[in-house]
Amino acid sequence: MFGLDRDQAIGTLLLIALLIIAPFILYPVFVMQLLCAALFACAFNLMIGYVGLLSFGHAAFFGMGCYVAAWTMKHWHIDALAAILMGGVAGAALGLPLGWLAIRRSGIYFAMITLALAQMVYFFCVEAPFTGGEDGIQQVPRGHLFGFINLNNDMAMYWLVAAVFLAGFLLIHRIVHSPFGQVLKSIRENEPRATSLGYRTDDYKLIAFVLSTCLAGVAGGAKALVFGIATLTDVHYSTSGEVVLTTLLGGLGTVFGPVVGAAVVVSMENYLARFGDWVTVTQGAVFMVCVLAFRRGIVGEIAARLKLSL
Amino acid sequence: MTISRRSLLGSAAAAGFGATLPMALPLRRARAAAKPVIKIGVLNDMSGPYQNTGGQTSVICTRQAVEEFNAQGFDVQVISADHQNKPDLAVSITRQWFDRDGVDLLLDVPTSSVALAVQPVVKEKNKVYINSGAASAELTGTACSPNFIHWTYDTYMLARSTGGAMVEAGGDTWYFLTADYAFGKQLQSDTTALIKKAHGKVLGSSPYPFPGTTDFSSFLVQAQSSGAKVLGLANAGNDTVNSIKQAQEFGVTKSMKLAALLMFITDVHALGLKTAQGLNLTESYYWDLNDRTRAFTKRVLPKTPKNMPNMDHAGCYSGALHYLKTVQAMGAAAAKADGRATIARMKAMEVDDDCFGKTTIREDGRHLTPAYLFQVKTPAESKGPWDYYKLVKSTPPDQAYRPLADGHCPFVKA
Repeated sequence: MFGLDRDQAIGTLLLIALLIIAPFILYPVFVMQLLCAALFACAFNLMIGYVGLLSFGHAAFFGMGCYVAAWTMKHWHIDALAAILMGGVAGAALGLPLGWLAIRRSGIYFAMITLALAQMVYFFCVEAPFTGGEDGIQQVPRGHLFGFINLNNDMAMYWLVAAVFLAGFLLIHRIVHSPFGQVLKSIRENEPRATSLGYRTDDYKLIAFVLSTCLAGVAGGAKALVFGIATLTDVHYSTSGEVVLTTLLGGLGTVFGPVVGAAVVVSMENYLARFGDWVTVTQGAVFMVCVLAFRRGIVGEIAARLKLSL
Repeated sequence: MTISRRSLLGSAAAAGFGATLPMALPLRRARAAAKPVIKIGVLNDMSGPYQNTGGQTSVICTRQAVEEFNAQGFDVQVISADHQNKPDLAVSITRQWFDRDGVDLLLDVPTSSVALAVQPVVKEKNKVYINSGAASAELTGTACSPNFIHWTYDTYMLARSTGGAMVEAGGDTWYFLTADYAFGKQLQSDTTALIKKAHGKVLGSSPYPFPGTTDFSSFLVQAQSSGAKVLGLANAGNDTVNSIKQAQEFGVTKSMKLAALLMFITDVHALGLKTAQGLNLTESYYWDLNDRTRAFTKRVLPKTPKNMPNMDHAGCYSGALHYLKTVQAMGAAAAKADGRATIARMKAMEVDDDCFGKTTIREDGRHLTPAYLFQVKTPAESKGPWDYYKLVKSTPPDQAYRPLADGHCPFVKA
């Protein structure tokens, strides 16, 4: 099922087990924050890991998902799950035109175009009246799931976020291991050859881009509901940089890498928060250690050492 | 360059272990105590534009209150964090403090956008929230909460005192330089209301992104070309300091009068008397007001020699002290259990401390302090370090703040 081989199936079961016990050991809001970051990194990994395109503007889609979910939740009082999915719709809707422009180039040019477009989105968010500018959209209610489960309870919210994360995670896995995913990987390895085999590579890249931005929007929507706030931090380019760091640290092009990377980065931010600016310094140091000592990332390195396909 | 992977990982692990060890120790100490523990969390800007107006000195003044109170029957702990002026970060820290660290009192919280963002969290968790650092009068207006007291000052009081003085002195046309978030917008609109009432005019405004703006030159040029008599600075902290410095460099001060609508003594110190002399500003506390404020300053200044406590810091001291007195009166267990009841009790009790004297707290959570209009001394008038202010006018507490009925606080009617 979901195109998992034996190692990955064991890994996924382990992940599900961890998801179930985590809120009883750790602070649930922290785990929810981690899961949102992990889903965001997984979505980003779909582009960098499997299509080989480094998007430097993924915060735009994450942040827009945040804003739209927060706004619809606050003003329309819709179902919590619907609001999260609205975040995904917003991410995809924004990803379609921006992706259509960006995929015309690859490598550093693709990265720069996505960064430039994301900065435009950032300035739109600063000025647009519905985002609340520097204040953000505050006091977003968590609302109810299916009309009767009150999500103000942290545990109820946790199960919703865990379910959304798991669905997104398995969906990405399914995409990557489908025939469509095989084409994506072939584009990553050798694009002219994929073209010569008759694939319209631009269409494939665009679909992958939109899927990735949609899931980034879902992650953003979930985050907005967990914290009850959507702010400029979520669309800022530092968030784009952080997701690159997360994915590299965990392992590019691995299924579990982004999740492990998110666990490391979010814990680091959380436990080092009291040292203020030192968080960024530590992140930089960790990034250098990763690039110098284990370039395949944590999961990539373990997988290579144990000859597993994680 | 080659670094052996093993040595690199080894040293990283050692560093990580070394870092976690001291963190684990205070936890164990806390567990050993049997008495109930009241935890005070001071949340403010420790590294950004408001680090001098709030920052570490707020924590020191809070600790001073704890020390002086010398609680019997319960222990008091003070913890602090840097919210970096980000509402989302503040919300997540606050949730964590209440859920995991057992914080009972949230204190200081400058930056109005942040102050407003944490308001519903405190209400949801039924804790106590005393705000000293933020200005927005919305906090006791439509965004008011039964778990909240606004301690030190607000935008309405600043607009009335400083803005009113400027209008009286003939400044009837204004241009605003505004920090573009909840605080700046509120301060601008409160001052605008006052100018319009006096038949003055606002000729324009330049909202600028906060935080992160350090170059105000283009806004200042716009202000100058507007032809207004008064440049209203609806900003605070380092932003005010930078905009005043640059206004002087660009010669704006020759054609316009500056109205620093929110300025602290720490900002005057950063500017220096030569630059700041003659400015009008409003604070609800000044160290050299009377014998009691001088006594407080004498006690606390050795602990923070480089940063004279301003009204924000004094508010942290005064608020924490009144809270602890209330906890003593109610019993620590009852105070921990119900934040709303604690706030109600705090409103019922008279406030009396060295910083603000005898004061009261209004139904909507507004702590009624006097408002003092000061003028910054010239270098010749100043007799010593931190001798910066001349008292021009003092507004009594019952007139300094927005009347209760005009705030439209939802729970007051009920």
